[in-house]
This record gives sequence, structure tokens and C-alpha cells, in this order.
Amino acid sequence: MHWRAGLDPKGAKIVRGAGSRLSCVLVQPLLSRVVRRIGDRHPSVFARLGIYKKSAFLIDPVELPFALHLCPDPEAPAFRAVPRDSTPHAQAMIRGRFMLLLELVDSQRDGDAAFFSRDLEVSGDTEAVVRLRNALDDVEGSIAEEAAGILGAPGRAILARLRRAYKSEAEGFQQA
Amino acid sequence: MSPGELICPAGTPAALRTAVDAGADAVYCGFQNATNARNFPGLNFTPDELAGAVAHAHSKASKVLLALNTYPPAGKVDLWRAAADTGARLGVDAFIVADMGVADYIARTYPDIRIHLSVQAAASSPEAIRYYCENFGVKRVVLPRILTIPEIRSIRKEIPCEIETFIFGNHGLMVEGRCSLTNYLTGQSTNMDGVCSPASDVEFVRHDDGTMSSRLAGFAIDCFGCGEKAGYPTICKGRYTVPHRSDAYYAFEEPVSLNLARLLPELIDAGVHAFKIEGRQRSKSYVRSVVSAFRAAVDDIRAGRPANITDLVALTEGQKQTQGAFATKKWR
Amino acid sequence: MAKLTLGPIAYHWSAETRRDFYARIADEAPLDEVYLGEVVCSKRAPFHEPDLPDTIERLERGGKKVILSSLAEVMLKRERKATEELVALESHEIEINNAAGLLARDKRPHRIGPFMNAYNEAAITWMAGRGARHVCLPTEMPAQSIRVAAQAARELGLGVEVQVFGRASLAVSARCYHARAHGRTKDNCQFVCELDAEGMPLSTVDGKPVLRVNGIQTQSESYVCLLAETGRLVADGVSHLRLMPQATDMVAVAQVFRAVLDGAMPGQEAGASLRDLCGAAPFSNGFYHGTAGHEFVAEVR
Repeated sequence: MHWRAGLDPKGAKIVRGAGSRLSCVLVQPLLSRVVRRIGDRHPSVFARLGIYKKSAFLIDPVELPFALHLCPDPEAPAFRAVPRDSTPHAQAMIRGRFMLLLELVDSQRDGDAAFFSRDLEVSGDTEAVVRLRNALDDVEGSIAEEAAGILGAPGRAILARLRRAYKSEAEGFQQA
Repeated sequence: MSPGELICPAGTPAALRTAVDAGADAVYCGFQNATNARNFPGLNFTPDELAGAVAHAHSKASKVLLALNTYPPAGKVDLWRAAADTGARLGVDAFIVADMGVADYIARTYPDIRIHLSVQAAASSPEAIRYYCENFGVKRVVLPRILTIPEIRSIRKEIPCEIETFIFGNHGLMVEGRCSLTNYLTGQSTNMDGVCSPASDVEFVRHDDGTMSSRLAGFAIDCFGCGEKAGYPTICKGRYTVPHRSDAYYAFEEPVSLNLARLLPELIDAGVHAFKIEGRQRSKSYVRSVVSAFRAAVDDIRAGRPANITDLVALTEGQKQTQGAFATKKWR
Repeated sequence: MAKLTLGPIAYHWSAETRRDFYARIADEAPLDEVYLGEVVCSKRAPFHEPDLPDTIERLERGGKKVILSSLAEVMLKRERKATEELVALESHEIEINNAAGLLARDKRPHRIGPFMNAYNEAAITWMAGRGARHVCLPTEMPAQSIRVAAQAARELGLGVEVQVFGRASLAVSARCYHARAHGRTKDNCQFVCELDAEGMPLSTVDGKPVLRVNGIQTQSESYVCLLAETGRLVADGVSHLRLMPQATDMVAVAQVFRAVLDGAMPGQEAGASLRDLCGAAPFSNGFYHGTAGHEFVAEVR
């Protein structure tokens, strides 16, 4: 059951400092492309965000070496990896295991259920979070696949490997 | 035998397509304003989206029910009339209505479109239901979640319309359409604005010891221990203290969801025509899982097979489910 | 001239308490109309219904018009029967609080109670066409909607009533929360609600009093107080101002409101008197001013 308590920083082995900053530099260009492309393909997302498209969201996959800073502004979309020891200002924070966040984006899991089970944590401006969730939920198909597709074959391979890894991990915990 | 129609929630066009593809007989939805009781940020349909939704649903032989189930405050009735006009123009199959003025307008203006009496009208006796049937030609009543199955069976015999009951989702405690709790704390009304614990007033705070507290407009609703399952930050699912008890307790109801999967055969036998799944505020994932599960269960029962009931507890509030008032009077 | 009314007692006060209460109201309170009857819980009715004829007579002798109110929630056989019997009455005006009562009343004259959700001119017009002669607006309505609703109702010849004093009814339920708080259910409640003359106080986990449980009803912790707003209410077409009985000196409360309506007491002095009469109960007028119901907004003049 320890992964249930995965939001515990110790259990999740949060990476801080230099390692975190290096990882950020490496993933930065990919993220920017992803958010621009998703925005172009699904303009209705911005309507559901309303004024909150100007907000900043801190998305915190607890076991990754960095957090993600999302500004879904259609005029200047930004999606950056940020080191945990110096996260920029955000109206709302969403925190959970990386695979959970990915499955939420893809509507493979239900956000409210993940909140009830305490696997998902939100803080800050709750309306911003609710709008982002509803906006993404109205996107047909898999945003993760789309994002992976933008990166070509290597992207798809990484996503598939991630999914396999998390699946076996989750199963392992269930058996334990 | 009752058809056991599945009435499924859709907060977005994508959720509507998901529900239809998962086997919904009908989908209910609302516009992006106070005319419906899930007027939540980023949710619901523009008229254009509803047009597309109706076309998709009808192409798959599903119906679209438009929720106009709030109470217009004086001076703003035109917004509800306009919503009804738009719905009629786009070809919705029924209106779900609570207010007598709105019901009267629809009955006079669109006599060929069905009116379903919303749970927000709080009609819980044969007399109340008959009042709406006789005066507005109501074809179906959505019953409040406060009746036992024997009581539903006996109501069925005394009313001239179909019965719809909730089978899954939010376990509404207060008589719906009669609750001003949210307005008391936030200044936004469930009846007039279509909100319940509006997100703009909700705050979650994670404390260093791993506990999490929820607040609504500054009022503490609950504080969850580290591993404790959470619920919505609604006043009726909050924890409170009273003078004669030492610990805070769930004064109204604990975080829990309704799940009547195992009562489906009895409900069908009692003459319930349609089953409603709550959750327009939930994700496509929820809609897909819950609709598929109940589609299979209803099909099994109607075919005389033992129903294979999927476990849905992971989707429930507080990760806990109840049969509430449907199973026993002791719930009251 | 606006009329001052006393709403039905929401709590499970003993028969003796009620007798004493109404005796004083009959003799001393400057009220025009008094609503009687059990509105909250059908199980309580047998305790005080036997006294009803005497209470009615006493109040009428004191110059008060008596109106009988029906149950807000009608589900069980006994509740359906009680409603049916009440709406069959021709001897007194009746106030209907559940659509079940409307069916049996048909088009004979009646009043629409605060639980009937008469939120707007369309609903009120409909109700008037079905025999409504008077409408009590929902407690949570804001001023600008009250004005539009009241004007529409007055044009139809209806009386219009607004609660101006006492705890607001915020919700009703099928479940009895009083029984639940004592580990019981509604069916074996043993009438624990009689322990709390003004409902059982609920506080948040951080100690802030917020709500009151009164059997199946949830009320506000604060007393709604629209004393400073009476002038505007009357100007906007409200014909009846309702005081809800609290376990305080309701005769004195009625005297304060009467004095303000008559222009016999300056607003500030009246406000201070009312404050003195109501002990620790906070006042609120947020619903009227379109903000959170629990808030108290000082009237801007």
C-alpha cells in the first residue's frame, strides 16, 4: 500500500537541486512544442478555460526530477519543466504520480475519484483546476499519444515504455 | 417489463459521445449558464455544441434531455425561456424542469416536447407528482433519493407518468430544490444559480503532517487524516461538532456515493422506467466506466441472466457506496 | 399599511410552552396575522394539535387572523393524510408548503408558503391562476428579485410576504439529523429534538458556529434580520413581513418591528433594542443584499 502514500516526498524520492535543473534543460524544447500543437488542434480548450487561460498551473509529478509549469495562454502558450527548489508563481497546483497525471489528461482515470482516494492533490485556485480538467476532458482522443506523436517514433516508444513500467509497478503493489 | 432506460450524464460534448458509445439510452446535459443545476466552471454546452450532440445522439438512437432544472429568480425568467427555445429548435427529446413558471411556458409553447419533472421539484408523493402531470403534462418524474423500493412501487400505481430513479453517483441528502446551504456560505444559490459548493469558493490545504482540509468560503468543511478517503467539499458532507458529542462527526452524511447496482432487478420489478446516473461534473472516464457497467447489468437482467455487476467503488465519493433510503427506512 | 405576521413554530416546543407562548402573543403582540401548524415534522403534530382549536380561538380573540400552514415535506401516508385534511378546510385560510397540497386544493383560494419556491413572476402568475391569493417568497431571494416578484404579485392582487426575522430554513431532508446526532433514526427518534428550543448548534471543525439542526430541517445559525430594510421592502410592494418564532421575547420583537413600521421609533434605537432582545444570536441579511446569507450588511442610505 505504500504507493498510495506516494505523495509523501520521502517515499516519492523527490529530486531537488542540480539534477533537477539539468533534467529541466533537457526536456524544455519538447514541452513547448507539445503545448503549442495541442492548443492549435483543440481551440475549444481555451473557451472552457475562460479567463483562466491566463493563469499559471504548477503540475507536480511527485517522482519526476522536476515539476511542470503550464501557461495555457493561446497567445503565448508555455509549458516548462522547472526545478522544485525554485518553482515560479502559479495560481493552482496539481500533484500526483506522473502516470496518474498522464491518465487524467487522457481521461483514462477520473480526477474526482483520484482526489477521493487521495492520490491526487490540488491546491490554490480550485476553479482554475476544475476548468483545466473540464477543458482537457472535452478533448477527444489521447493527448498523451498526440504529444508522443509530435516527438515521432522515439516519443511513442518512451510513452509505451512508461506505461509498461507503471503498469507492472501498480500490479506489483496490488499483489504485495 | 420496464425498459430500464439508462439516463446518462454529459458535462461536455466529448462526455456525451462517450456516454452514447457506451450504450446510453438517453443523455442529459445543460447550457453554460444558470438554467441548469450543474452550472460549473468549464462545463456544459454552447448551443452549437448541443446541436452537434443532438445529431450524434440521434444517429445512434440515443435521446438528449435538456436540464432546465433551476429556479429563475424574478426578473431573469427570459434566460430560461430562451434556453427552452434553443433546446426546442435544436431538437432535444425532453426538458427536465423544476420551476412551475418554466414548466408552464414549455407546456404552452412546445406541447409536443416531453417534460420530465426534475428531482429539483422535490415531488415525493403521488399527489405532488399528479399535480405536475395534470397541469403541465409531465411524462416522467425523477424521484428524490429518499424513498424505499416498496414506496416507489406504491407510488407507481397512483401516478399516470413514468418513474426515473437515480442508481449511481452523488448521494443527495437534502430535499433537492429546497437547499440554500451553499448560498448561506457563499452568496451563490443552488436553486437560482445552479451551483453547489462553487469551485471559486473552495480551498484545499495540505498540511505538513499529511492531513488535508477543505474550506468553503472560509468555513472549514472537513479535515481528512493522512490515509483517509476524501469527499466533495459540500456542506452536507462536512464534519461538525455539537455540544453533546466529544468528536467532530458527519452530521448529515459521510462522503459516500449511491450505488443501486444490486437493486436493479427489484427496481425494474417495481416499475421504474428509467435509471439515472449522476455525474455531469465527472470525467469521460467515469462516464465510460459507469455507463458500460450499468448497460451490461440492465441487459443481463432484461435477458433473464444473472447480472454481472462491475465493481465501481473506486469511483465513489469517500471510496464508499450505499443503497441509502432505497434499501431501508433506517437510513432516515 | 404593511402587515406584521408570525410564522409557524419550527421547533418541537412542548404543548405547555406553546400554550404560554401563544397566550402572550394573543394578548400582547402587535401582530396582524399568525400562522399555526406543524411544518417540519409530521411526528410532532399529535403533541400540539389537540390545542389547536383553543389556540386559534385565543389568537382570534386577540384580534389576530389565523392561517394554518401545511407540512413542507409530504412522503408518508400520515403526511399525505394530514395535508389532505388541512387543504379541505374552509374555516380558515391555509398556507400550502408542498405541491401535494396544491393538487387537492385545486382552484380554491390559498396561500403559497416559503417552501413552494415561488421565485419568479412566471411561477407566481401560474400559481395565482390556480387560486393562490398570497405568496411568501423564498428566504434566499435578493432584493432586486423580491421587487420584481412583489410587483408582479401585487398586480395580480396577491399579498406578498417576506421573512424579516428569525433563523432561515436552509434545507429539509428525509433524514432526521437530530436523531442521527443521538445515534437514532427518524422512526425511533424518541423526540430528541425537544431538547433544543432553537435547534442543535453545529460548529465547524475549527469551532465556528454555522448551522442549526431542527429534526429534518437545517437552519441558519444567524437570525435573519431585515429591520433596517423594512422601508425598502414595503416600498417595493411587500405587504406582509414575517417574524419566525425564536426562543426569545417575541412580543418585544414584534413591538420593535411594529414601531419601525409605524415610524414611531428611529432605526438606530430599534436596531439596538432588537440586538438586546436576541442574546448572542448573530444577525444576518446577506440573502437580501445578494451576498453570502450569513453576512450582515449595514444598510447604505
